[in-house]
Order: sequence, then structure tokens, then C-alpha cells
Amino acid sequence: MTEMSGADMVVQALVDLGVDTVFGYPGGAVLPIYDALFNHPTIRHILVRHEQAATHAAEGYARATGKPGVVLVTSGPGATNAVTGITDALLDSIPMVVLTGQVPTTLIGTDAFQECDTVGITRHCTKHNYLVMDPDRLGPIIHEAFHIATHGRPGPVVIDIPKNVQVATGTYSVPELIEHQSYRPQVEPDADAIADAIALIAAAERPIFYTGGGVINAGPDASAALRQLVGLTGAPITSTLMGLGAFPSDDPKWLGMLGMHGTYESNMAMNRADLIIAVGARFDDRVTGRLDAFAPHAKKIHIDIDRSSINKIVPVDVAVLGDAGRALDALIGAWQDKGHKARDLGEWWRRIDGWRATRCLDFPEKKESGAEIMPQRAVKALFEATRGRDPIITTEVGQHQMWAAQHFGFSAPNRWLTSGGLGTMGYGFPAAVGAQVARPDRLVICIAGEASLQMNIQEMGTVSQHRLPVKIFILNNEWMGMVRQWQELTYESRYSNSYSDSLPDFVKLAEAYGWTGLRIDTLGELEDGIRTMIDTPGPVIVDCRVAKLANCFPMIPSGAAHTEMILQPSDVIGTMDDEAKALV
Amino acid sequence: MKITTEAGERHVLAITVDNEAGVLAKITGLFTARGYNIESLTVADITADHALSRITIVTSGPPPVIDQIIAQLDRLVPVHKVIDLADQGAHVEREIALVKVAGTGEKRIEALRLADVFRAKVVDTTLTSFVFEITGNSDKVDRFIALMRECGLVEVGRTGIVAISRGPEAV
Repeated sequence: MTEMSGADMVVQALVDLGVDTVFGYPGGAVLPIYDALFNHPTIRHILVRHEQAATHAAEGYARATGKPGVVLVTSGPGATNAVTGITDALLDSIPMVVLTGQVPTTLIGTDAFQECDTVGITRHCTKHNYLVMDPDRLGPIIHEAFHIATHGRPGPVVIDIPKNVQVATGTYSVPELIEHQSYRPQVEPDADAIADAIALIAAAERPIFYTGGGVINAGPDASAALRQLVGLTGAPITSTLMGLGAFPSDDPKWLGMLGMHGTYESNMAMNRADLIIAVGARFDDRVTGRLDAFAPHAKKIHIDIDRSSINKIVPVDVAVLGDAGRALDALIGAWQDKGHKARDLGEWWRRIDGWRATRCLDFPEKKESGAEIMPQRAVKALFEATRGRDPIITTEVGQHQMWAAQHFGFSAPNRWLTSGGLGTMGYGFPAAVGAQVARPDRLVICIAGEASLQMNIQEMGTVSQHRLPVKIFILNNEWMGMVRQWQELTYESRYSNSYSDSLPDFVKLAEAYGWTGLRIDTLGELEDGIRTMIDTPGPVIVDCRVAKLANCFPMIPSGAAHTEMILQPSDVIGTMDDEAKALV
Repeated sequence: MKITTEAGERHVLAITVDNEAGVLAKITGLFTARGYNIESLTVADITADHALSRITIVTSGPPPVIDQIIAQLDRLVPVHKVIDLADQGAHVEREIALVKVAGTGEKRIEALRLADVFRAKVVDTTLTSFVFEITGNSDKVDRFIALMRECGLVEVGRTGIVAISRGPEAV
């Protein structure tokens, strides 16, 4: 209970909460906090080049470690630049605490220099937010904010701190027991719901696990429990984009990702299943396709920590409210207590093997060494070259992201960092920065498109300054590939503004920042190029030139059912009716 | 350094607005964004064609702040008129509260007796409870609720105030 300045309280609270890294950018309204952080012995500040990148870097840190990412930015433009990353963290349920400076309380509401209504602007893109008007409240609020960001369904919390609250003195206090008055998410699953779920699982003839980011968020133990339960039941498993890594991709029960760019076998299995066990997944429109044709024969079990996710899109038969890991543990316990044995699912697996035989991820390519590189081949080569090195992969958003999800295999959680819900171009590179800061000894690779990368390319300076050995692997096709793909599908290939004109020379750009730049033009150079990238110490950009007009298949077009997949380019008709055009 | 705040005086604002989606969020968002107080807020549409709503807000602040609140409200696109009822001479304020008390015996009888004194109506009853409806200015409602605390009060719902100027003129 010592008297100290608000800025010192902020730093003290961060220390007490075990924060070792803050991503941020200084400015007028946070100068007192920056002064309190000056030469701090335990908190490392990563100076970014744009506040949006600070938020994505914090997300990358959080996704790689499971700990909350912390951001510190100034008022006005500092706060508004952070909004995209805050929203990204909300949509993907990433724990994050964002400290924003604010004009002094005496100037709030006067349109002061660099004033904006930060709590108003971030009200709908945060899990919760605060404006702190009294320095005595700083301690309790910061501790509560970390509690809210990390408990229940994780998410971003903004704490807006006026400059005079940072300067004023008060009493720093830590609440003895952090328990919010109203926010108390249910973590332990209900025993009756578990019993109902187990009865359905034991009786199912065509079960499938459909898992999502909730399993990753529930921690590595949840992934281990998932593996055990899938092993006990013998059922196939698919996952959303966000859930990749929770289950090993080299296991025969793994069907690959489902949904819009998922595998044929996973989508067909969802359509024909008699039981879907959804774990920490939210029936997103990328996953379900046309809702009235979604899993028509299946009963549904939905395990989720967010009550509002249950029955939001798809009505379910058994709802299990709670933490994914605890629920999986409870299911395993109930399965064993009841003495259930895995059913003979041989007929179900024979049908799945039939769908697998379409080899939906195969792609046509020329094999000679001077041939152009298919982007899928580039991802596969990257995967093969990094096997055994346990890399952390981040992506930007677009075709390259889907190819990475399809062709890069993951065997553990927290290795796959991608912007799923918001689909934020410019996410991947700063996320790689955050992951590399959190895991300095690991191989961190951002698989990028040349268009997305340019949305936060200024972070090359951040990487140089902090000596982070981040690798950027660009699948450069000179197009905003996913936009162009949709234009081919929907607008008779009228390529309105989707060509990446006036690209920089990425090799020279790398050199300008003191990085290593490499260019790969042909198939014959691919493996050597990737090896050089991995073996080169320090940051590397690889400008990997790939087939310009390749498209990402399989694909469920907007408004289509799981059974109506486009498997190859020749299936593309080139037009759509207005109802399909109106869907995203 | 210590932070001090200036004391303010209470004002009742009557705001006529387009009855459209999001207008209430705009008004309340303005108050939070600029650090103004809302002590009470009521809203309902007031025209036969449901085109306009009247929002009554009780706020407080030093005179220049009240002046600024009115100017800021007036600047919002869907706002037709902002009236500070304190500027319009005398006005009347009313608020409704629904007050639930539970109990038996002497406390139950005392609750009913006090309700009669306050001219509160009984709108629901069981053998062990009453729901009273009381109308009046906020002071009267406050005093009634305070007395009911001694008579088995279990729940209160209040509307917040509506207000209108005295005399024949519309503001």
C-alpha cells in the first residue's frame, strides 16, 4: 500500500501479473508510462513501426505461448490504429490487454489534441473496456482486465488511461481474490450433459469430431485429451482453420480441415455423419456452407465455453457448457466409467476412404527443374524442409493462407497462427514478430502473399532493431489471388483492381533493412532456396515466384452445400446468381 | 498531484429526436465520450406516426458544461430540439416505481398503511406480498422506497423521470 504515480502503478501491475513483453509505440498521452518503463529490468518493450502491428504481434505472442499479449499505445491515432488488431483478437478469441493513453480528464470531451473516444470506439470490438478516472483504481482494474482477458472465452480488453491519471499519485492495491461481480463463466461441464454426450457417442455409427480454436485456447492438455478421446472412440476428426495443430495431421483419423477450402473427405463426412461432436468451434459460415444442407443426418453435441455460441447458427441436441479441456477430460472419464469400447466403425471408414480416394488436394504441375512452381508445391516443400524443426507458422490472408492450411501439417498446438474470424491482411508478419519474441530459439516462418505482406511491411524495421530471425516466405503470384479467384468464379474474370502492380524488389528491400533477400524462380531452385532460408541466420525474405493464375481448390462456393464442392478449375462456371453474389 | 472534479448543478433536458435505430446509442455515446453524467434517462416515441421520440435526461455539471452538452446534442443529425427545462421557468417531473414487498403480519399491514399515505396503488398481491405502483417526483419515490425497506422490500423497478414545463405553451 504505497503511494506512487499512476504510471508507476501500471508498470508495477504488469510486473505483478508476470508480463515480460510489451508491444507498443510511444506518444504524448503515454509518455509517463514510457518513462516508468525506461530501462526496466524485467519488462521488454518491443517498439513496432505502426500500432496495428503491435496488436498483431501481441496476438502472435499470445497464440504462441497461451499467455495474454500486452500492447501499449498513445491516445487518438495510436488507439484507432490498434482497432483492427483488437477486433482480430475478439473474433479469434485471443487474450490481449491494450493500454491506451488518453488526454487528461480535464480535457476529455473537448476535442483536445489526439483525443478520441477510445472506450466508445472499442466498445464493440473488445470483450470489455475501461476508462480509468482515478489512480487508486488502476491496480484493481489492471488485475481485473487480465482476469477477464484470459478467463472464459478469451478476448481483448482495453484500458484507457488519461495522462493526468498517469501523473497523479495514489495508492496501488491488488485485489486479494480476482472474482468479477457479474462475469463468472462456467468452466466445469455439467455432469448430466456429459452423460448425454457419452450416450450419443457410444451409440453413433457415423461419428465425427469437429474441433476448433477453443481446443487450442484451452491449453496443450486439452489437445492431449482430444487425442485420447479420438483414440478411444476410433472416430474420424476434422478441424476448423483455427483448430489446426490440436490433432496431429499424420494420424490416420485426421481428415484435414473442413469448410470452404477444406478437404472433400471432411466435408462429405460432415454431411453423411450421424453424430457431430463440436469442440470449441462455432459453426462459422466458412465451415457450414449452406445451412439448410448442413449435416442433415447428424445429431450434434456442442462443447463451448461461450453460452451465446450454442444454438446461435445450428441447433444442437446436447450442449456442454464449459472449458474444452475440462469437458474432454470429463468425456474420457465418463467413457471409461461406463466401460464403453470403440464400436466397429469399419463401414464408416470404408466410405471415408472412398472420399479420400478423390485425392482432392492433388494439383497439376510440371516436374522439370525449369518449370514454374505451383504454390501448393512451395508449401509442401517448406513443410518437408522444416519437418523435425517444430516451426511456428504464421500466415497473412488469402490463397496462400488456405494453401498453407491444406498442405502444411501440424502435430502440436500453438504452431499455427492465422487470422481466422476477421481475415486480416497484414496479420501474419507482425504475428511472426510476436511469436519470435516469445520463442526466440524457434524457427518462425510467415507464409505470405505479396499483397498482404505490404499491409504491414514497415515492421521490417522492428525485426532489424530487435534482431529477430523471422523468415518471410512470399508466395508471389503478383495478384490478390483470392480476390482474383472470386472474380473468376463470380464476375466472368473481370479483374477489377486485383493485380498487384508496382511491386517492390523484395530482395533489394530486404537488403535495405539489413536482412537477407532470396529469390526463387523455378522448381529446380525451390528446395535449395528453402534450405538457404532456414540456414541463414537472422531475418530472411524469400520472394518465391509461383504460378500466377493458380487457384485454391477444393472450394465450396458461397451458398453451396458441403456436397457441392468445386474440386478442380474445370468445374468453375464463371457466373453466379445474385443470391450467391450477395454472400461473402 | 491529485485530481479534483468540479461540482455541478442538476438539469433536466428534453430532447426530441428521430425515432430511428441507433439514435439512443448516439445520444448516450455522446455523454460517455465527452465525460458527461447521466443520472436518469427515459425514452418513448411521442407522435401518432411513431416518427419522433422524446428523450428525458437528467444530468449535472457546471453551467458551461451544461451549455456545451446542449450544443453537442443539438449538433447531432437526428436531434430536432434540445430543451433545458430549467430555462423554461417551472416544470413538473414525474417518475413511476414498482415496489415489491414481502412479509406477513404487522409489517404487511404497515406497508399497506404507508402506501395509502403515499397514494401508491396496489397492482399485484398475494397472501405474502404486494407490488405497489407509486408516481411522483424522485424525492417522493426515494422516501417511499426508504420506508419500504423497513417493511420487507425485495425488489424495485423505476422508470426514471419524464418532465414537462408548466403553463399552456409547448416548448
